[in-house]
Amino acid sequence: MSQSTITNTQARSEAPEVTSSSGLTRAVSRQKGESVGRNRFLLSIYLLFTLLPIYWLINMSLKSNREILSVFSLWPQALTFDSYIKILTDPSWYMGYVNSLTYVAMNMTISILVALPAAYAFSRFKFIGDKHLFFWLLTNLMAPPAVFLLPYFQLYYTVGLFDTHIAVALAHCLFNIPLAVWILEGFMSSVPKEVDETAYIDGYSFPAFFIKIFIPMIRSGIGVTLFFLFMFSWVELLLARTLTATNAQPIGAIMTRTSTASGVDWSTLAAAGVLTIVPGILVVYFVRNHIAKGFALGRT
Amino acid sequence: MNKVENNKAWFLVLPMLVLVAFSAIIPLMTVVNYSVQDILGRSAFFVGSEWFVQTLNDSRLQSALMRQFAFSFTILAIQVPLGIAIALLMPKKGWQASAVLILITLPLLVPWNVVGSMWQIFTRGDIGLMGYGIRQLGYPYNITRNATDAWVTIIIMDVWHWTPLIALLCYSGLRAIPEAYYQAARIDRASKWAVFRYIQLPKLTNVLVIGVLLRFMHSFMIYAEPFVLTGGGPGSSTTFLSQTLATMAIGQQDLGPSAAFSIIYFLIILAVSYVFYVTIMNMQKDKAENNAGGA
Repeated sequence: MSQSTITNTQARSEAPEVTSSSGLTRAVSRQKGESVGRNRFLLSIYLLFTLLPIYWLINMSLKSNREILSVFSLWPQALTFDSYIKILTDPSWYMGYVNSLTYVAMNMTISILVALPAAYAFSRFKFIGDKHLFFWLLTNLMAPPAVFLLPYFQLYYTVGLFDTHIAVALAHCLFNIPLAVWILEGFMSSVPKEVDETAYIDGYSFPAFFIKIFIPMIRSGIGVTLFFLFMFSWVELLLARTLTATNAQPIGAIMTRTSTASGVDWSTLAAAGVLTIVPGILVVYFVRNHIAKGFALGRT
Repeated sequence: MNKVENNKAWFLVLPMLVLVAFSAIIPLMTVVNYSVQDILGRSAFFVGSEWFVQTLNDSRLQSALMRQFAFSFTILAIQVPLGIAIALLMPKKGWQASAVLILITLPLLVPWNVVGSMWQIFTRGDIGLMGYGIRQLGYPYNITRNATDAWVTIIIMDVWHWTPLIALLCYSGLRAIPEAYYQAARIDRASKWAVFRYIQLPKLTNVLVIGVLLRFMHSFMIYAEPFVLTGGGPGSSTTFLSQTLATMAIGQQDLGPSAAFSIIYFLIILAVSYVFYVTIMNMQKDKAENNAGGA
């Protein structure tokens, strides 16, 4: 087939150079086609590796405990949604999700509001102690929560915030605010300073310029920042569990209830796990168009 | 960019400073306070450096620290090359690109303890696909008895969990390379390796530094995943720094020694962050100089 096309081309074309060059392009594109196929294959292997544990979790959540422990099967033999129904109808279960989402939302709001002006200051101005301050911020990003567990408990207990959503939201600010400042600073520095100067000449005040002109310009940066803030607050459990007891208990702490003296309730554990992945999927779906550009954090 | 000197910028930083200081400085001072005192009920005695000496000679801390470094370097050595490779393999546009992006990002958004539970279910010999599969192949795989199995499993779990971060950072770094660079390489008939070595890799340095930095410090804080998966065992073969510390502070209520431990732990991380910070700052300076030279 391809050979006949080549002969056709040769027959039609009069200049021999054109033929040889088109043959070369064909050879190159065939080679490219092969490497695309190989790339697809390698990538699918990795995706399989990513999805298998998640698939297994879903598989377990759709089986009954008796089935899990009696037969080994790659898919549910007797499909059951009992575990999901149990979680979604029992307030002591589903409130865990509400609690987690509440403190994550609070933390995202607080972090982005205080990080925006701070990042602007770091990207535009020189001020006394700016470098030291920035380094100090970065060290907080690296502070292991385990170091602060006990003092945190005592601090929030003393100020009367223990077992509230705001306590967890404030505690997560420890690493989320520095992260937000760091990411936003990169995006802001890639906006030329002439933009600011032109706006001031046009008579904008600083707040008006910042809200009406500057923030829309770094939209994708803010999107990516919010993604990171959500991610690190949603997945953190150590501090969240230490600072709460019953009213603001995160879902991660409630999940430990599935292992009792009489054994582990695998089906419910798996269903609760599957439900914790859902908010993440929604968030990635919303920021998917910004990820490619924004993940480099304005630092390419 | 030339920055304007203006100390009023402090007002922009102030709200952030107050919030972070509340969460960072007060607890840190409490830890410092504990680390130099012996607290018995309501009375406290100043003991100076006693806890520090005791902690530094504690074999639990030393072995946890060695395991921690071994773990951190192993996962970096696997995740960085693997992440770059995946970023190179990912489709560049169209719906496949979006779909692959979403699938690859998934593990990052699973809460850390759920990652542990998920892998516990996945690797159990009786009900887990991986555990059952390996046993069917004839290897007596058991993460609660065999330390090597536990180690390998935790490393596979971490690769599963965090390689996406490196891959996504590199992917967005690669997207930022102008098409003209590749065209020039095609004209020169550069090999694939040459394109990677002289065009793609240099452009990836910045994002890779960020990636390695984030990965290093998170691997140093790893707590929930091994805690749920192996509980730190068998023995203490997979007990890393965070868990050793949490056991000491919460489980045994050894306030003094665990506070001293916290401070040593924090100082190690501080030293490493300083090295990274200087590297990043130098890189930015080099870049600025190059740009100035080019203009």
